[in-house]
Amino acid sequence: MTELSMQKRRSSRRREFWLRLCRNKAALIGMVILSVLIITAVFAPIIAPYHYDEQNYQITNQLPSLAHPLGTDNCGRDILSRLIYGSRVSLQIGFIAVGIGAAVGGLLGAVAAFYGKAVDNIIMRCIDIVLAIPSTLLAISISAALGPGLTNAMIAIGIGSAPNYARIVRASVLTVKEQEFVEAARCVGASDAYIILREILPNALSPIIVQATLGVASAILSAAALSFIGLGIQPPSPEWGAMLSAGRVYIRDFWPIVTFPGVAIMITIFALNLFGDGLRDVLDPKLRR
Amino acid sequence: MSEYLMEVKDLKKYFKTRSGMLHAVDGVTFSLRPGETLGVVGESGCGKSTLGRTLVKLLEPTEGQILFEGEDITYARGVQLKRLRTRIQMIFQDPFSSLNPRKTVRESILEPLKLNSALSARQREEQVLELMNTVGLAQRLAHSYPHELDGGRRQRIGIARALALNPAFIVCDEPVSALDVSIQAQILNLMQDVQEDQHLAYLFITHDLSVVRHMANQILVMYLGQMVELTSADVLFERQMHPYTQALLSAIPVPSLEKRRQRIILRGEITSPINPPAGCRFAPRCPYVTERCTAQTPELYEAAPGHFVACHRGGEVG
Repeated sequence: MTELSMQKRRSSRRREFWLRLCRNKAALIGMVILSVLIITAVFAPIIAPYHYDEQNYQITNQLPSLAHPLGTDNCGRDILSRLIYGSRVSLQIGFIAVGIGAAVGGLLGAVAAFYGKAVDNIIMRCIDIVLAIPSTLLAISISAALGPGLTNAMIAIGIGSAPNYARIVRASVLTVKEQEFVEAARCVGASDAYIILREILPNALSPIIVQATLGVASAILSAAALSFIGLGIQPPSPEWGAMLSAGRVYIRDFWPIVTFPGVAIMITIFALNLFGDGLRDVLDPKLRR
Repeated sequence: MSEYLMEVKDLKKYFKTRSGMLHAVDGVTFSLRPGETLGVVGESGCGKSTLGRTLVKLLEPTEGQILFEGEDITYARGVQLKRLRTRIQMIFQDPFSSLNPRKTVRESILEPLKLNSALSARQREEQVLELMNTVGLAQRLAHSYPHELDGGRRQRIGIARALALNPAFIVCDEPVSALDVSIQAQILNLMQDVQEDQHLAYLFITHDLSVVRHMANQILVMYLGQMVELTSADVLFERQMHPYTQALLSAIPVPSLEKRRQRIILRGEITSPINPPAGCRFAPRCPYVTERCTAQTPELYEAAPGHFVACHRGGEVG
């Protein structure tokens, strides 16, 4: 086989992956919504009709109108523009915090399950300790120690959620590692790291994907909690969760201020769940064709 | 260097369990020349697979010695172990679970090459195609996943993986017992063909006696972790010196109307392999049992030239 035809094979596999992803209707819908959200975040300054902290105290708490499609908040700022700018921060927090949590927790869980015995006991008991602390409280203490700011908030939330991933990954690695192909890999000279990363984890992926797609929602909300006590995003920077908590005072008198950020979070989670489920199916070769 | 490829001396593998030491392999001794096949037979749980896994270094032996190509590999580690992996390989029993379900045929066969050889990417691809050719897998299957193939084809992938590194010795752990009878013969013939071509030595683990007769030069009979009889295949099927081997061989169905064989049916419980008592482990089920059998453990001795047996009454009953 020539180099060229091998290249072709590889690209045709990638194309097949996309084809299968697109054939899965739910995944396609999820992917489209996510793309729209990401494009919105990237081009926020172009798309948003107003700047996010443009205040006008003559038009506070206005219902949706032509000039302000989603109304204005208590400072007279355009809610739509704030949502559009807020998507930048919220999506970042959601994805990166989950990424940190899944990577740290996943690795710890996989190592614990793979080596078993003392290693398992030490890692999992430490994780039990962390799990016993409410995750919000943990995130608060971490970001208090690191100082306020977006990056530190993401690290704090990521580490706070890591124990959940560790438990899930450990459980599924325990079942996968007993299968004979792990022994077969060892027999042809694979190292422990190779076996964990290349043989076991790909076969233990589905529960991680499900947990990660759900995790994005709780990450956004945790970020809101941090912002609320002044440890996350600093006002007036908009962030969906922060908008929710700042608007909760007006929840009885003026509905748009909490409804729209809530809807935005909901749509994001919904899209991620659809996409995650689809991705799980597409990645499973047994469901091919 | 000795004439033997592999020499195993008094190999023991014990497992620690809650209720005591489990004697999975208890004193196995044999030697194997290049290009030969040693069949290992015995009932389920007699330590056949543990023996195989110890020889390919998936398990660490408790006691004893393994010499491979004159080199002591009993406790091989690190670089030595890495080098051994290319010389000693294994074919697994269940082709359904011994292949990674997320790897295509090509990726599975490529894996041993990627992990061990210094070949360029292109040479490796060529090698994969050559291996697929050797084991009789059509090239169009290169991008199929294991679950899309039948058991016979999957076992061919397993064989290709084992052959990829040009080993001298392959442990075959019941390689055909999970396959349909019609496919068993194909796989066995394939294994014999590559054995001749590449001068491979096999340790062939099975509980199927007709298969072992077809494949092996020598046969080792195991009972509860101990070897009870070891001799050439031809001799064993003619004259069995151990009562357990007799019972085992009498269970082979004879496809003949005239010839009828007395079927020996064993009664009694199998001794537990956990902290086994002194004496012959087969004694509780043996039809020829004497007082000496329960008191004293029978040692393996050469009852006839090249015919080893571990039984106090070995000469008499055979």
